[in-house]
Amino acid sequence: MHMADALLAPAVAATMYVASSTAAGVSIHKLRKEEKLGLEDNSKRLPTMAVTAALVFAGQMINYTIPGTGSSGHLCGGMMLSAILGPFAGFLSMIAVLVIQCLFFADGGLMALGANVWNMAFYGCFVGYFLIYRPIMNSDLFASRGRDAANRIKLILASILGCVVTLQLGAGSVAVETTLSGISELPFGTFLGLMLPIHLAIGLVEGLITAAVLVFLYEARPELLREVKTEGEASGKLSLKSTLAVLAVIVVLVGGGLSLYASSNPDGLEWALFGNAEEGYAENMGLDEDDFGVSSDISDKAGEIQEATSFLPDYAFANDEENPLGTTVSGIVGSLIVACLAAVICFIGGFFRRKNAGRAA
Amino acid sequence: MDNAQRAMLDLRAMDELASMDSPYHRLSPLSKFLMTVVYIFITASFHKYDLTGLLFMVIFPLIGYQFAFIPVGTCFSKLRNVIPLVAAVGLLNPFFDRAPLFRIGSVNVSGGVVSMITLMLKGVFCLMASFLLMATTQIDDLCRALRKIHCPKMITSLILLTFRYTSVLLDQVSEMTQAYSLRAPGQKGIHISAWGTFLGQLLLRTMDRAEDLYEAMMLRGFSGEFHYAAGRQSSRLSWLAALITCGAVITARYINIPAFITSLFF
Repeated sequence: MHMADALLAPAVAATMYVASSTAAGVSIHKLRKEEKLGLEDNSKRLPTMAVTAALVFAGQMINYTIPGTGSSGHLCGGMMLSAILGPFAGFLSMIAVLVIQCLFFADGGLMALGANVWNMAFYGCFVGYFLIYRPIMNSDLFASRGRDAANRIKLILASILGCVVTLQLGAGSVAVETTLSGISELPFGTFLGLMLPIHLAIGLVEGLITAAVLVFLYEARPELLREVKTEGEASGKLSLKSTLAVLAVIVVLVGGGLSLYASSNPDGLEWALFGNAEEGYAENMGLDEDDFGVSSDISDKAGEIQEATSFLPDYAFANDEENPLGTTVSGIVGSLIVACLAAVICFIGGFFRRKNAGRAA
Repeated sequence: MDNAQRAMLDLRAMDELASMDSPYHRLSPLSKFLMTVVYIFITASFHKYDLTGLLFMVIFPLIGYQFAFIPVGTCFSKLRNVIPLVAAVGLLNPFFDRAPLFRIGSVNVSGGVVSMITLMLKGVFCLMASFLLMATTQIDDLCRALRKIHCPKMITSLILLTFRYTSVLLDQVSEMTQAYSLRAPGQKGIHISAWGTFLGQLLLRTMDRAEDLYEAMMLRGFSGEFHYAAGRQSSRLSWLAALITCGAVITARYINIPAFITSLFF
């Protein structure tokens, strides 16, 4: 996924440099703040960061056989580094890895370094850690299986989910950056459609490899891993903030990513009623989509109001039905609307429940 | 030869090239770095159909290679990392952009073909420039140059330390891979049953190594920043060379020099 300089326009590359530099600046600030608070000494942390970054670089040279395929996978550096060093130190270490790959191996261009840092380090370290790894590791998931088993399962889940999600985000960013640069003639939707499935498989394999390493580390030296509660440490319940963060990732992934593949063909009911017009079925049944249903002044008025107020008719932007982004946006917006509706229903239910409880008391 | 060994050889080859002596090597690292950045940004900014204008940009790295006494072909081994994604994007252009742009004899050349060639050339030229920078500049010198432009010391120190330990760990990975392959002949990679233990054991040793490294650095008086040895100093000649190169590169961006030369004769 390392982008070459040729794939970016200077304006996009400069923007990505600014974004990545900001993230690096925040990371350095956070580490300095931790040092000032006496949490960790940066001069002590530096060799650990460097040696771990070198290990990730060297570890990516190892081929892991994927059973039954004959091909091999590699380690996902971002997730592993943030699980060991934390997201801020992990992000800086990933920058070091990417700089060395770029300068000495021409793996990613010098101008594209900002974009590569964003696509591979930012998502892996920040999104992967804050929205996936930490919420999962701090949750009470699988608690019934005992602490050790639960921690192992959570590590596996966090690694796989983290690698898949962050690689999808990275691959999506590559498509966005290349399209914004005007480099490819490939339509954005097609480009995305090519990038995401490939990186879904890669993410899954990388997640499994990362999980295997982290589980080994947990068994050997659990204190090296962040957010892992060992025996004797109390585990907090999954906080509302963490739950919302996990849900937000799932909404964006499912609503945004998978809705691109949503069929533009009519759904079962639509197809059954109008879709097979060529076969003469609709005519035979005397059905016409425009005229179907009860026709009255009130229903016509209601139809007009609905058309005027729906900004994503048929799951796309109004006036831009060909745009696949419309489907993506509508996927996300639709999911959010459903989430809001669910929250309103829960709120109303809770209100009446509390009222009843008050009355009973 | 496994990947780790190949990477080690690559690193060694780059180190040997950077330690050579030539007029280009003697330029100050900061001026070389700025020249390279300007060249890459300008090259990438060429329009997708501006093939003739772009072609002239090859002149700059070619001159650089001559002054550095390095054969141009040396950098082409790195193309294996650049070409796949560029080709994957570029090769599809002729299918989506079929509008004819110009004719060569009786053959129509479509915009997609031109944009594909332009894209590939940009990839090759940018690679040539960044390779020239690293083949003529030691990493210590580059980190010192980055410090001069206020790159945070934590990042430069981290890059330097990571680079130093990369070769050590590559060596270890190579030994482990070799030992594993001797015990599992005919197997392509690491079996799923050993995925965790293989790298995990190295990781544990690495964390212990980090402790030793920290103690060794503290004993040598490390206080958060590396003190670089006096390297190549900035000279007026370096900055003059950088100024002329940047000026020429920017001129070549706005004046189509091949077309201008042609117009002089026809």
